[in-house]
Amino acid sequence: MEHHEETTTGLSHRKLLMWSFLGSECMFFGSLIATYLVYRNQSKVGPWPDEIIDVPLTTISTFVLLMSSLAMVLALNYTQRDRPKLARFWILMTAALGSGFLGFQAFEFTEFFHEGLTPRINLFGTTFYVLTGFHGAHVTLGVIWLLMMSGTVTPTGKSGVSLLATLLAFYLGMVGVLGMVDVIPDIEGSPSVIIFIVGLILTLIAGAWHFSIDTTMSVKHQSENIEILGLYWHFVDIVWIVIFTVIYLVSANDGEHLTEGLLHG
Amino acid sequence: MAQEAVISKFPNPIPRPKSDTGIWSWITTVDHKRIGTLYGISAFIFFLVGGIEALIMRLQLARADNDLVSPEVFNQLFTMHGTTMIFLVVMPLSAAFFNWMVPLMIGARDVAFPRLNAFSYWTFLSGGLLINLSFAFNSAPNAGWFGYANLTEGAYALGNNTTFWVIGLQVLGIASLAAAFNFLVTIINLRAPGMSFMKMPVFIWMALIVQILLVLAFPVITVALIELQFDRLYLTNFFNPDAGGEPVYWQHMFWLFGHPEVYILILPAMGIVSEVLPVYSRKPLFGYAFVVFAGAAIAFMGFFVWSHHMFTTGLGPAATSAFALSTMAIAVPTGIKIFNWIGTVWGGDVKLNSAMLFSIGFVALFIVGGLSGVTHASPPTDAQQQDTYYIVAHFHYVLFGGSIFGLFSGVYYWWPKFTGKFLNEKLGKIHFWLMFVGMNLTFFPMHWLGLDGMPRRIFTYAEESGWERSNEFATLGAFIIAISILVFIFNYFKTSRGGEVAGADPWDGRTLEWSIPSPVPVYNFVNIPEVDALDDWWVKKYPETILHEEAHDSDGEQLAPAGAEDIPLVPKVSPEKLLGADHGIHLPDKSYYPLIAGVGITFFGGSLMSAWWLTLIAGLITLYGVLGWVFEPVNDPEDHH
Repeated sequence: MEHHEETTTGLSHRKLLMWSFLGSECMFFGSLIATYLVYRNQSKVGPWPDEIIDVPLTTISTFVLLMSSLAMVLALNYTQRDRPKLARFWILMTAALGSGFLGFQAFEFTEFFHEGLTPRINLFGTTFYVLTGFHGAHVTLGVIWLLMMSGTVTPTGKSGVSLLATLLAFYLGMVGVLGMVDVIPDIEGSPSVIIFIVGLILTLIAGAWHFSIDTTMSVKHQSENIEILGLYWHFVDIVWIVIFTVIYLVSANDGEHLTEGLLHG
Repeated sequence: MAQEAVISKFPNPIPRPKSDTGIWSWITTVDHKRIGTLYGISAFIFFLVGGIEALIMRLQLARADNDLVSPEVFNQLFTMHGTTMIFLVVMPLSAAFFNWMVPLMIGARDVAFPRLNAFSYWTFLSGGLLINLSFAFNSAPNAGWFGYANLTEGAYALGNNTTFWVIGLQVLGIASLAAAFNFLVTIINLRAPGMSFMKMPVFIWMALIVQILLVLAFPVITVALIELQFDRLYLTNFFNPDAGGEPVYWQHMFWLFGHPEVYILILPAMGIVSEVLPVYSRKPLFGYAFVVFAGAAIAFMGFFVWSHHMFTTGLGPAATSAFALSTMAIAVPTGIKIFNWIGTVWGGDVKLNSAMLFSIGFVALFIVGGLSGVTHASPPTDAQQQDTYYIVAHFHYVLFGGSIFGLFSGVYYWWPKFTGKFLNEKLGKIHFWLMFVGMNLTFFPMHWLGLDGMPRRIFTYAEESGWERSNEFATLGAFIIAISILVFIFNYFKTSRGGEVAGADPWDGRTLEWSIPSPVPVYNFVNIPEVDALDDWWVKKYPETILHEEAHDSDGEQLAPAGAEDIPLVPKVSPEKLLGADHGIHLPDKSYYPLIAGVGITFFGGSLMSAWWLTLIAGLITLYGVLGWVFEPVNDPEDHH
C-alpha cells in the first residue's frame, strides 16, 4: 500500500535511517583501519606484507567490486524507469559481482594462510584479517540482501521458487569457489572445479527462469528500497577503496627492514 | 496497483497482537509512552541494584582492615556498580525521557520507527539481565567498568567475568545505537509544521546532540571490545605486548568512546534542567541560542579530550599539553550554560517545588563537580589525583549531583503529564534534602581522601592511614541517600493510590506537551499543532507577553490572544472515533518481533559462552525475529478497508 509520509525535511525516514547507520559504520571501519595503521611495522615476526601482498590480484578484485557498484547504479536506474526485467538482471549482477569479490577474498585468505599468515602469528596477521574479514562480512550481508531484493522486483507466484533456485545456485558456486581454494577441507582439487562449473550453469538456468517470469508488473514503487540498498552497497565499496589504499598501496612494501610506526618512533 | 511478492508472506504462527490491556499489550507495545515507562521502571530497578552494590562497598570501606567482603568480590562490586549506573541506569533513564517527551515536545504522534523503539528497549533489558546473570555463576565482571587491557586479556582475566562484560556491553551497544538512529530521524523528520531547529525546546536539542554522540562514539567501543574478545578467544595480538601489541591502545580506544559517553550521560539532564528552570521562574530560558550552541560545542569538543584520562600513562609532553589545553577549553561552553541557567532564575517569579529544587541542586552540584574536573585538566595536578578518591569525588558530583539530580527533576516535573497526578510535594522536598545532604556527606570527604593519597578500587586500607573517619562519614552519607530513595518509593505508592489529580497544564508550562491532556491520550495530539515560535505553547497562551514583532505567526497574521475556551485541551470527539481509517489518525500496530529479535540477540551473545548448538538455536530465533519484522507491514492490512 503506497502512502506518502509527510516529513519535515521531505526525505523519507528510512533513507535518513540508512544515512545515520552509515555514519556509525564510518566510525566502525575507521577504528579498524586506525588499528591497522597504528600497528603498521610493529610486527616482531613475519610473514611481512611485502612477502605476502599480491597487488595485481587484489587490483582485479577491487575492479570487480567497483563494477558491482556500477551494476547497482544501473539496477536503481532501471527500477526508477520501471523496467522490471533489467532491474532484476542488474540486481542479480550486482550480487554476482559481489560474490565474485568474496571469492577472490576467500582465495586470498587461503593463499595467505598457506604462506603462514594467520591472525595470531603477528600484528600484521591480526589487523589484516580482522579488518578485511569484517569488510567481507558486510559484503556478504549485502549480497544476501540483494538476492532477497531481487525477489521483490518479480511478480507473485513464481518468485519464491525461482529465487530459491537462484540462491541455491549461487551457494553452490560459492562452495565451488571456496572449495577450489581449499577453505573447505573435504572439497579439494577437481571435485570443486566441477561443483563450481555446475553451480555456474545452475545459476544461469535459474537466473534465466527468474527472468522468464512475466514482468509486466510495475516495479517503480520499489525505487526507494533499492536506493537504500544502493546506499549500503556503495558505502561498503567506498570502505574497500580506503582499505585497498591503506593495505595494498600504502603498506604493500612494508617488510622486515622497516620498524617505524605511529606509536614508536 | 502494486502486487505483493510471495516472499513477503512470512510464516506467522502467532496472530498479530491487538489488545490494549494486559501484560501482553505491554510486551508487544510500540507506543513511545509505554516504552518510556518500561525504560523508567527498569532503570529504577537497576538503580536499586547498583545502589546496593554501592552500599556493600561503603560498609566494607567504613572500617579500616575490614573483611566484610573479599577482594575478589569487591572487584566485582565496583565493576558492576559502575557498569550498572552508567549503562543500566543513567542512559536508560535518559532514554525513558527521550521516549516520553521527544514526540510530545515536537508535536508528533510517535517516533519514526516504533518497532525499532521497542527493539531497543527489549535488547537493553535482556542485555542488562545477561550481565547481571553473571552473579549467578560467580563470574560478575571484575576488571573495572573500563576493562583495561591487558589485565582483561585471557592470560590474566581467567574465567568468564570479562566475557560477560564484553558481550553485555555489545548487546547494550546495539540497543543504544538502534535508539540513536531512531531518535535522530524522529527529531530531524517529525517536527510539527513551523518548528524550525531554533524553535525546538532545549531538551530536544540536547536529545539530538546525544544521538549524534551515540552514533559516532559507540562504534569505537564496539571495535575495541571485538579486538579484546578476539585476543581472549582467538589469541590475536591487538593488546599482546609480546607480539608488539600495545595495552595503551586499549585506553585510547576506550576513552575515545568513554569521553563522549560522559557527555551522553550529562546532556539529557542539562536539557531537563533547561526546561524546568524557566517554567518555575516564569521566565524564558536566558540565552537560548547560547545554551544550544554551548551544548553542541561541548559535544564536538568532547571528541578531542580523551587522553585526559591518560595523563599518567607517559604519552609525552606534546600530547599531554594538547589534551590539557583542549580539556581546559571545554570548560568554557559548560560555564556558558551555567551562567545562562543562573540568568534564567535571576529576577524570576520563583516557585521552589521539588522539581525546581532538584534542578537548582543540579546546577550547584555540577559546579562543584566541574571545578574538580578543571583541576584534573592540569596534568601536574592530575598526576596527584589520578587513581585516587579525588577522581571518585569528581565524577560522582557530576554524575550523581548532575545527572541523577537532573533526571529526578524531570521525574517530578513531568510526573503529572505521565500519570495525571502530582507526586506528593512534602515527600518530594524530604527526598530532595535527604538526597542532597547524603550526597554531599558521601562524596565531599572523598576530595581530601584522594588528596591524602587514598587510592581507588582498594578493598581495604590500614588504620594508620587515618582515612577511617572520613570513610565513616561517606558510608553514613550513602545510607542517607538510600533513605531518600525509600522516601521516593513511598511517595510513588502513596500517590498512585490517592494522589492529587493534575490537569493538562498544572505548571503553566511553555512547551507543547502541556497543551494536551494528562495522562496523554494514545494518539498524543488531536491535531498536529502548527508552531509559530519558540516556547510555542506559552506564546499561544500569552501572546501579549512577548515582543510585538513576535506576536505574529509565520504567515504574518497577528496571533489572537487566547482565552481558555479557545484552546482545546480535551477533544470534543471521543478517542475511539479518532482512531481508525476514517479519521486519519493511524497509529502503528503492536508487534512481538522486536521482543523476539532483542531477546534472540542477547541469547545469541550469552550462548557464545556455552554450547555451539545453543548459539545455533539463538541465531535462528534472532533470524526469525528479524525476518518476521522485515516482512511485517507497519499496520495490519486486514484492519483497514
